[in-house]
Amino acid sequence: MTLLKTEGLGIQFGGLKAVDEFNFEIDKNQLFGLIGPNGAGKTTVFNLLTGVYKPTSGQIIFDGKSLLKMSPTQITQYGIARTFQNIRLFKDMSVIDNVKVGLHHSQNYSMFASIIHTPNYYKGEEAIEEMALSLLRVFDLDQFAYVKASNLPYGKQRKLEIARALATSPKLLLLDEPAAGMNPTETAELMETIKIVREKFSIAILLIEHDMKLVMGICEKIAVLNFGTVLAFGSPEEIQNNPDVVAAYLGNEE
Amino acid sequence: MKKKEIRQFILSFVLALVIYGAIMFAMNSGIINSYWSGILVVACINVVLATSLNLASGYLGQLTLGHAGFMSVGAYISALSSIYLGTPFIISLLIGAVCAAVVGLIIGIPTLRLKGDYLCIITLAFNEIIRVIMLNIGITNGAKGLMGIPMETNFTVVFISAVITIYVIACIVKSRHGRAIISIREDETASELAGIPTSYYKILAFTISAFFAGIAGGLYAHYITILIPKVFDYNKSVEILVMVVLGGLGNLKGSIIAAIVMTILPEYLRAFSDYRMLLYAVVLIAAMILKEKNLVPHLKAKFLKKKDDVEEATE
Repeated sequence: MTLLKTEGLGIQFGGLKAVDEFNFEIDKNQLFGLIGPNGAGKTTVFNLLTGVYKPTSGQIIFDGKSLLKMSPTQITQYGIARTFQNIRLFKDMSVIDNVKVGLHHSQNYSMFASIIHTPNYYKGEEAIEEMALSLLRVFDLDQFAYVKASNLPYGKQRKLEIARALATSPKLLLLDEPAAGMNPTETAELMETIKIVREKFSIAILLIEHDMKLVMGICEKIAVLNFGTVLAFGSPEEIQNNPDVVAAYLGNEE
Repeated sequence: MKKKEIRQFILSFVLALVIYGAIMFAMNSGIINSYWSGILVVACINVVLATSLNLASGYLGQLTLGHAGFMSVGAYISALSSIYLGTPFIISLLIGAVCAAVVGLIIGIPTLRLKGDYLCIITLAFNEIIRVIMLNIGITNGAKGLMGIPMETNFTVVFISAVITIYVIACIVKSRHGRAIISIREDETASELAGIPTSYYKILAFTISAFFAGIAGGLYAHYITILIPKVFDYNKSVEILVMVVLGGLGNLKGSIIAAIVMTILPEYLRAFSDYRMLLYAVVLIAAMILKEKNLVPHLKAKFLKKKDDVEEATE
């Protein structure tokens, strides 16, 4: 069943068509890879899907609804969460508070309730604490719960960012180069984490990645982006044997 | 968690009572003379101002230079309400504060799209506009000063106001709403994409901050009993900001201590009163050079060679 569908999606910055005629579909609970050479427009696609950029043409349908008129906040609340290529944690907040920000909408006690400490406030805070800790446990971060986020090692910061994104209880998780800057051991660990996340939370994942081993290893479907358009679309085997893709990455033989 | 919080609450409450009792005893027995008790009243008003500005500048991360503007709205409205409508003191205070909050809301909606220097300049301009309005409309009696305000503020009232302000802001900061506000300071884009309605929280924090500035203004008006627009110029805004920066952006305890110190210290430095603004500039620059969010933990870490948090957690 289709979860996300884009039709002729495009954005133009001045005369430059950063993304043009971008068509693709993601099914529920699918692991989807988006690859392509540097500057192909992969992150721009993420920014279009999350509402950071407004597309100049085309349509985005997510879970039966158009996302074009929604703000980034509304899109997140509707079920798309993301991580960033360069980690963007709330650095001065504790690890658990980072996740708690993502859980903001899981409780609805008012500001007034937090001032006079109604039972609703205590219930809400306890529920948030519980949920945040169980999320951190999935990523093995619970022992660092009260450490400042910026003091975490790099690989754990990446994990925390995924945990924060998951806290918004998304239906689709966008990961922007999750393995960037990781060593092979950390990458292998990350592959496992991504698989666990998909099974445990039963969500669809769309990931941008340059690490071909990771992409080919876990993605069920892959789209190759070049100069803002989709060059190829298919299973990992199909992509590996596609002459256009090989040409885009390595150049033509002549 | 609930038990811990209640214990903490009772502890803070008892502490506040003890401080209040000690000061009241000292005042009644003459250890603190009337001159110094006057300074203590001003110190408490400054605590209200500094903690409320800390919500906007420290926690929300929007550097504003218009806090004296909100204070003057609260001061004039509450004073006028007391004089012409004859409202009881508490009601006047609340009317002034609500008006300051409304002005904060009106200023906040268009300006909070701006960041950093731009927001600073706009709020500074707002501060001056309010001052010029107060100087030129008839009802405030302009530069001659608004007189005949009933003397209602005493130490008990300002102390209770300061405690309530600190309590409310501390509660907000600890709740989910506070985390949303702090996340905006840390990274606005990331906060938006974590599902936080950032515009709503920016305006809300700004408005609450203006509300308490209005309360401080009302307390001031009913203590000094004469209002002159010149008091609320940008020097006052800078003074409040210096308290917040000195105490640490996003540090409530620091704001309280800095507000008290910055009120009492000038009394000892009367001889240098002409150079007060010079001193503020030096303090601000020093704070920026030290670059830490909090001066105290910074120094602590330096002198005690505190271990890194992560090391502690992994051990």
